[in-house]
Amino acid sequence: MITVEHLSKTYGAFRAVDDVSFTCKPGTVTGFLGPNGAGKSTSMRIMAGLTIPDSGTATIGGVRYRDIPNPGTQVGVLLDASAQHAGRTGREILTLSALTMGLPKSRVDEMLNLVSLSDSEAKRRVKNYSLGMRQRLGIANALMGDPKILILDEPANGLDPAGIHWMRSLLRAYANQGGTVLLSSHLLHEIEIIADEIIVIGNGKIVAQGTKAELLQGAGAFVKAADNAALAGALAQAGLTASPSDGGLSVDAEPAQIGQVAAAAGLALVELRGADSAGLEEMFLQLTATTQREGVVTTGGVA
Amino acid sequence: MSAANPTAPPQTIQTQRPGVPFGRLVAVELRKMFDTRSGFWLVASSLIISVIAAVIVILVVPDESLSYEIFGAAFGTPLALLLPIIAALAVTSEWSQRSGLVTFSLAPNRAAVIGAKAAASIIVAVVAIVFALVIGALGNVVGAAINGIDPVWDLDATQLVYLLIGNILGLLIGFMLGVLLRNSAAAVVGYLVYSFVLPGVLAILAGLQEWFRDLQPWIDFGYAQQPLFDGSDLGGEQLAQLGTSGLIWFVIPMALGLWAVLRAEVK
Repeated sequence: MITVEHLSKTYGAFRAVDDVSFTCKPGTVTGFLGPNGAGKSTSMRIMAGLTIPDSGTATIGGVRYRDIPNPGTQVGVLLDASAQHAGRTGREILTLSALTMGLPKSRVDEMLNLVSLSDSEAKRRVKNYSLGMRQRLGIANALMGDPKILILDEPANGLDPAGIHWMRSLLRAYANQGGTVLLSSHLLHEIEIIADEIIVIGNGKIVAQGTKAELLQGAGAFVKAADNAALAGALAQAGLTASPSDGGLSVDAEPAQIGQVAAAAGLALVELRGADSAGLEEMFLQLTATTQREGVVTTGGVA
Repeated sequence: MSAANPTAPPQTIQTQRPGVPFGRLVAVELRKMFDTRSGFWLVASSLIISVIAAVIVILVVPDESLSYEIFGAAFGTPLALLLPIIAALAVTSEWSQRSGLVTFSLAPNRAAVIGAKAAASIIVAVVAIVFALVIGALGNVVGAAINGIDPVWDLDATQLVYLLIGNILGLLIGFMLGVLLRNSAAAVVGYLVYSFVLPGVLAILAGLQEWFRDLQPWIDFGYAQQPLFDGSDLGGEQLAQLGTSGLIWFVIPMALGLWAVLRAEVK
């Protein structure tokens, strides 16, 4: 159980984390989703006691991180896979962690096996590692003490599709055994695959949180008619807002309502469905629009 | 607890488990000083340099003046230069190489980690100095045998203790710069300025300004440390001068550095 309450952190005039509160429950994988610079990493560093917040608290199982005895054996943390002394070998980095936690060295080999780093790879220095290999090493490091709680910052970054699939099964198994997992990503797709609960952060603030299904509720529907303009008119008459989207219309209503409107107006539909992940993506872009570095381009013109 | 797994047992944090003992942290920090190529050669060079110094002394110093003190002086200077850098890098690499993210996640008690780094640095220093003294003694015996003279043992126990204290003090100065600056390049440059530029500036100031000349021993830390290395008188006045200059150039910056390092963001 990770509990974050009213967390705030300011750097000069920049408010990196602004009154952030959420909880991560045992048995679930919680995805922390937000664009670059949204405050994910700062929040996670605060949870691990590496950054002191201006206000608010972060506790794990009701205890502040720094009060956890031998925390590596209770909470697995991966904050930045590239943050390692480049001159150490992968095996040496795991050995140092095992020594610190007081674990037998055989644990190092078990972890190397678990993350599929070969013996020769483990002997290489980390400066010669690809980002994907660093992530595997970082995950091995986080899991070494057999913790029940995991805090992982961008763990899927740099992994190939097979690697992402592997991580998904790994974290799923962890959660199913009652573990608590919090992982961050700036990619909706990754979070969608792995997480049960999603917390969306933008500009230091939490803009949405809930299960994937909850977040999709109210995301509306997508509809495509032979005559989109006529359908848009009929929907407007019915008091529904519709906007052009991807050769059809994105409507702020349930598919059933739209079907009725279309039937009443005698319009033939080509496609009608509830908003899927594309809708979630659109929502993500809109929710975080103010923090985006690029102008948001979500809609195409009506054909 | 959740829809995904309603039977999940509640996971709590156990606060009664043993923490990470200090001895284990010292062992880990000691290992970290050797486990990279750069670290290994830096520490190794502090040993190798004694051997080189001993060989040079035997080759260069005229036979009749060969004595243990000459050997002590020959390895003293390079050691006094290397040990502070070893200590500074032990701290700064956590920030400059960013390995502190893992180090301080696994051992959130930063005071203990920093203390373990100081202890590990001092262990390395003591080993390097003892090694140098042994090599110097061997050199003295071998040099005397080659030249057919009796070895001259003119370094007494007090001088040896001063040498040890002086080098550990120098190492702690490097350590102080490490916690204060938390950046490898800045700490090394800072150390060079501290030990080579600053004494020169103070010496010039003392030469030019009458009023500063009497003040210098009380303010110039390098000047005040000289008795530790050259075996000159270390009486009450000299100790007081070590105290005042040390307060300005060592104790206060160390306190500030420790205060900062315990709060500094690790990222």
